[in-house]
Amino acid sequence: MAASNKKLHVMYTDDDVLLNAVKQVREKHYHIEEVFTPFPVHGLEKAMGIADTRLAINAFLYGLVGLAVATTMMNYIMIEDWPQNIGGKPSFSYLENMPAFVPIMFELTVFFAAHLMVITFYLRSRLWPFKKAENPDVRTTDDHFLMEVDVKGDIEEMSRFMYDTGATEIKVIDKEEH
Amino acid sequence: MYTLSSKLKVFAGILFVVGLIMTVFGFINSPADLAEVEQMLEKEHHGDHHGASTVNFEDATNDHHNTHGEESHGDEAHGESHEMSHAEHVYHQLTNRPWSAVYVAAFFFFMIGLGVLAFYAIQKAAQAGWSPVLFRVMEGISSYILPGGIIMFILLLISAFHVNHIFIWMDEDVVAHDEIIQGKTGFLNIPFFLARAAAFLIGWNLYRWNIRKFSLKQDEAKDGDIAWYKKGFKHSAAFLVFFIVTESIMSWDWIMSFDPHWFSTLFGWYVFASMFVSGITTIALVTIYLKSKGYLEFVNDSHIHDLAKFMFGVSIFWTYLWFSQFMLIWYSNIPEEVTYYVTRIEDYNLVFFGMVAINFLFPLLILMNSDFKRINWFVVTAGLFILVGHYLDIYVMVMPATVGASWFIGLPEIGSFLMFGGIFLFYVFNTISKAPLLAKGDPYLKESKHFHY
Repeated sequence: MAASNKKLHVMYTDDDVLLNAVKQVREKHYHIEEVFTPFPVHGLEKAMGIADTRLAINAFLYGLVGLAVATTMMNYIMIEDWPQNIGGKPSFSYLENMPAFVPIMFELTVFFAAHLMVITFYLRSRLWPFKKAENPDVRTTDDHFLMEVDVKGDIEEMSRFMYDTGATEIKVIDKEEH
Repeated sequence: MYTLSSKLKVFAGILFVVGLIMTVFGFINSPADLAEVEQMLEKEHHGDHHGASTVNFEDATNDHHNTHGEESHGDEAHGESHEMSHAEHVYHQLTNRPWSAVYVAAFFFFMIGLGVLAFYAIQKAAQAGWSPVLFRVMEGISSYILPGGIIMFILLLISAFHVNHIFIWMDEDVVAHDEIIQGKTGFLNIPFFLARAAAFLIGWNLYRWNIRKFSLKQDEAKDGDIAWYKKGFKHSAAFLVFFIVTESIMSWDWIMSFDPHWFSTLFGWYVFASMFVSGITTIALVTIYLKSKGYLEFVNDSHIHDLAKFMFGVSIFWTYLWFSQFMLIWYSNIPEEVTYYVTRIEDYNLVFFGMVAINFLFPLLILMNSDFKRINWFVVTAGLFILVGHYLDIYVMVMPATVGASWFIGLPEIGSFLMFGGIFLFYVFNTISKAPLLAKGDPYLKESKHFHY
């Protein structure tokens, strides 16, 4: 298992070169562990073969929760618990007074959908205030692109292949040292 | 080049003829005189199972009389004109029905053309990079504002010459006894009304005529010469300013004035949202049809996806305006405003709320998923719902004021819808067949062909 802990850190300085390199590396059946980029590169997730996000489906379900919360809350407070006559508004049933509740139903739907989706995103991406940055090279936040590949087979041959894809710099990293 | 298939011609022809026959029957079926209505009501009174509906009729008429009396009449001298019998009231509603049905259908198809024209102008003025491949489709659909506009103007003329009574403020007897309408005659008088309509129609058609000409000229221009494109850009920007003012006034004139006692400030926007979403939906449907016939090989799923996004977004925008108008009036419950919704909720309950459900829930649930927006039959299904929903939208804007509780969706309504649908289909596809389907001179065409979302 020692070999699988060795990684190549391959640097690029251009996103088009990176995209091509990702395609070539995948054709060679090397396993890309991670790619670090300073900005979103269009089509990168497709080139890497990453599955689509399900965040939008989450948001829809959270929205339904928000709608349910708003409806139950107002139905309980305004109709069931203490149905007062406030300015002649019909508080006999939820439906009769519904137009007055719609702004709150709408806002709570959006509130739940938005906030819970963001929190889901943070959880799934493991982001929080005092988290230690996982950045392998500071230049990747500025103008460099870094591809982390599992070493497979001969390191010499593999680095030669990486140079041919347009890499500017290649480092061998032993993960156990970290 | 698209060639108008004979199948489509025959189909449009059948729609027109069947629709025409149904509409004519609608006119024949409407009662010829008061005696006939009295007889009809007599029969209903005697039939047991009709009891409930007759009571409704009477309630509605009584309400109507009361509000009339309170709003417009202090002095007793004019009392007799409002002592209209129940039968007379129903008689007027029934004679209005075929006229209103024709009016609603004519306006519906006209507004599709106008909505597409507004969308086209926005795409031009915004220098959109995705839509140039669809410009010829939009030019084709928006061409309907010429025949549709002429039909609308003829209908307005017919009303102005007192052939029918769908515009109550055009009736001098009514105005003489109605102080509220009297206060509005500075705006609501027939010559000014017709002059406005003519000015708006000429303005819109002028832009449509020019922009089509510029677009065709740009096709013939030399490489790199985009003078015609620039001209079109300027005209579109100017048209949008003109359009938003005139569209607003048009909605007061052609729709809101059916209820001359009622007013709403966001009505212009509301009608605009309705025409905009129906227009975009029609663009999507025509595009999908032409693509399925193999005429638009440069249109890809992403274009359909974008159109579906517009359908989705503008449907919600329409709902927002519908609800804003409804909720503000419902909440404050001021008698002079709220009668508008009282009649709709009491007499049109199912159509009124059903129409909101169709126009909001269907697009919301069908078109929310990103993948569904790329599947043609999903977009077509949602599109058909949206079009039917917005026909009903116009229907409940017009009908309560002209036919009141005597409404029904039968021969004249379906007939006139089919009739104008036939004219619309024939004219639109005929225009589309007149020019190449790719506006090859447009400077954004390359970007549009490669558009990918």
